[in-house]
Amino acid sequence: MTKRVGIEVSLAVAEAAKLANVDVVAAYPITPQTHIVEHLAELVADGELDAQYIPVESEHSAMSACLGASAAGARTFTATAGQGLELMHEVLYVASSMRLPVVMVVANRALSAPLSVWGDHSDVMAVRDTGWIQLFVENGQEVVDNMLCAFRIGEDPRVLLPVMIHLDGFYLSHMIEPVVFPAQSQVDKFIPPYQHPMPLHPDRPVTMGAFAPPIIYSETKKAQEVNLEAAKEVILQCWAEFGKTFHRYYYPVERYRSEDAKVLLLTMGSFSETAMTAVDKMKEEGRAVGLIRLRLWRPFPFEEIRQAVRSAEVLIVVDRALSFGGPGGPVCSEVRSALYGQDRKPKVIGFVGGLGGRDITPAGFEEIVNRGIEISQKGSDKEFEIYGVRE
Amino acid sequence: MTKPEGMLTWKDLEIGSIVTEPGNASQYQTGDWRSERPIFDNTKCIKCGICYIFCPEGCVEQNAEGYFEANLFYCKGCGICARECWAKAITIVPEEE
Repeated sequence: MTKRVGIEVSLAVAEAAKLANVDVVAAYPITPQTHIVEHLAELVADGELDAQYIPVESEHSAMSACLGASAAGARTFTATAGQGLELMHEVLYVASSMRLPVVMVVANRALSAPLSVWGDHSDVMAVRDTGWIQLFVENGQEVVDNMLCAFRIGEDPRVLLPVMIHLDGFYLSHMIEPVVFPAQSQVDKFIPPYQHPMPLHPDRPVTMGAFAPPIIYSETKKAQEVNLEAAKEVILQCWAEFGKTFHRYYYPVERYRSEDAKVLLLTMGSFSETAMTAVDKMKEEGRAVGLIRLRLWRPFPFEEIRQAVRSAEVLIVVDRALSFGGPGGPVCSEVRSALYGQDRKPKVIGFVGGLGGRDITPAGFEEIVNRGIEISQKGSDKEFEIYGVRE
Repeated sequence: MTKPEGMLTWKDLEIGSIVTEPGNASQYQTGDWRSERPIFDNTKCIKCGICYIFCPEGCVEQNAEGYFEANLFYCKGCGICARECWAKAITIVPEEE
C-alpha cells in the first residue's frame, strides 16, 4: 500500500533502493552522504533487504566493485559526495563506456581546499563529461520517484547506462520531509528485472573494457555519444509512464510561472524551491519574472531549453559552481551555447552563488534578478558575477 | 571478429565495445611495432631454449629440427633473446637491412 511518512531524505534514498530491490551496494561513507549508506547497511544487516553490502576501503574501490557487480548482472547502487566523487573519477568513465547501469546518488558537496563539507555543485561539474545520465532533484519526493525511474531508465536494453541523481548535500540530504512511498507491488511492476544482454558468465565468456588502438577508438566514442543522446527518448517515456502510474510528472526542463515573463531565472537543484518563493513575491508585486529549472543535466536538453526561454528578454542563470579562469558557471556557459545560434533569444546574464553551503535566500534571488536586469541594460565588463561575495 | 578492426563502423560494435570472441587478442599484430629483428644463427645454436624462456612476447617457437625462431607477426624486436643467448647465436639487425 502507498504510504506517506515523515522521513529524513537520506533514509528515504535507502528505502527507495530497498523498494528497487537492489542486489549489490558497494559504498564508502562520506559527509553528507553518510546517512544513506548507513541506513542501507542497516537494512541489509537486519535482513530487510536481501543484498550484498560491500564495505570497501575507498570510493575508487566502491565504484570498481559496482562495475563488477553490474557486469555480472546484479542491480547495483552506490552513493557518494564531493571528494568521494572525485576519487571515483576515472572509474566513472569506465561504467558509462562499458554500458553498466549502476545507479548512484550524489549528495552534492563543495571541493577542497579549504575543506568544506557543505553543499554546492563543484563535484557535479567535475564529472560532467563522464558519460553518465545525470539529473537533479529538488525535494525528498523527487528523490524517491527518480530513484525508481533511474533503475528503469539505466537498465532499459535501449539505454544500459549508469545514472547519477544529484541532490544537494544537507539542504536536501538532511531534511525531514513528507514522502509518499509507492507499494512494493507497484514498484515491482514499474521496474522490470535487470538483464544485461552479455553479462560476465563462465558459460559465455566475454571481455569488457578491452583495449582499443587508434584505428577503432573513435568508433567506440561515437557509439557512446549516440547511445547517450538516444537515452533521452527513453527518459521521457519513463517519466511519462511514471506520471501515468503515480501521478507525479517530471520533465527535462521545468517551468515555474514563466508564462509572459520578460525576465527568467534559471536554476538547478534544491535552491530552485527558494527561487520559487522569490518569484511568487515578485509576481505579487506585478513584476514579469519567472523561473526555469533544469532537471536533466545529461543528456543536455537543448531543444527544451530553447523553447522555455525563447520569449524572454533576459535570462539570469545562477550556478553553484565556478569554472576557474573560464566563462563562470558551467550551466550558464552551456545555456549560452545552446542559444547562440538562435534568432530569437534572451540576453544571458551569469551569476555564481551558493558556494560551499552559503545560502541564497528569497531576498537574495530578488537581488540577483535586480542586478541581472541592471547588467542587461547597462552592460558589464565581466563574464559573470559572484553573488554575495564580500569585496 | 567478422571484419578487420579498420573496417568496423561504430554501428558494428557490440554494446560497450564488448569482445565476444575469446582469445581474439592473437589477431593483434604486435610485430608492426618492430624497428629491429632477431636473426638466429643455427650454426652457433645449442638448442638450450633460453630465448624461448625469456621472450616477453612468447613469440619464440621451436621448429621440427629443434632450432628456435621468432614469429615476426608478434615479435616486437626488443632484443632480450639476443642479450640472453649464451651461445651468442642471435643478433639484432635494423629492420631496413
